[in-house]
Amino acid sequence: MTVRELAALPEFEAVCLPDGEREILGGYAGDLLSWVMGRASEGDAWVTIMSNVNIVAVSTLADPACIVLSEGVAPDGDTLERAKEQGINILTTSLDTFDACVRIASAL
Amino acid sequence: MTDKVNFHFDIDGDNFTSAGEASVRIKKLLREMGFSPDTIRRVSVAMYEGEINMVIHANGGSADVDVYGDRIEIILADKGPGIPDIDLAMQEGYSTAPDNIRSLGFGAGMGLPNMKRYTDDMRIESALGVGTTIYMTVKT
Repeated sequence: MTVRELAALPEFEAVCLPDGEREILGGYAGDLLSWVMGRASEGDAWVTIMSNVNIVAVSTLADPACIVLSEGVAPDGDTLERAKEQGINILTTSLDTFDACVRIASAL
Repeated sequence: MTDKVNFHFDIDGDNFTSAGEASVRIKKLLREMGFSPDTIRRVSVAMYEGEINMVIHANGGSADVDVYGDRIEIILADKGPGIPDIDLAMQEGYSTAPDNIRSLGFGAGMGLPNMKRYTDDMRIESALGVGTTIYMTVKT
């Protein structure tokens, strides 16, 4: 499924969608940025509660299809601005990380 | 091809929000030069970890990326406090990052191990009170 299709599910909301047609190939959950860079795969939906601007740099390098901020976390202002510049998709959800992963997995 | 192409970056030690800009820039440059996605990912992630380390521990430094025909060499140099015990620093999970850095998602103790994992060769030279230089090679 594409990031836009994930964002269309009622549990998710797109807050930055510069590349909505990007295909989601899998998923990864984690908040430790080095761990994410070492383990996440290209095309993953990356579920995290980290909202600071460094998640954009990590995404630019690890190249997930989108960031999914779980637990009702909103991105910092800098984060949104940088994500728009770098073409990084960001969704939000009020689901906790486990339930967000389950929902994404069932939709894939 | 024996000629090399050099890219030099100064890493700003004060600005944590701009950390990673050199790595992102290198990723784009290597893509334009036609390297494989795997090579680009390995170089840019290893470099990002190094950038972050220099911002956290050394108040910045410099990064040089030398592109050869068969390999890419990354040299990260800082004038920080140095690493007292390199073997310990290389252990996954060992970190001396302060709490305010950890709250940003860094300081997992995975930086140096990731750099080793993503490169074909990695060498650390460090002297207390003088600084640290890390040499990494990724074969293309």
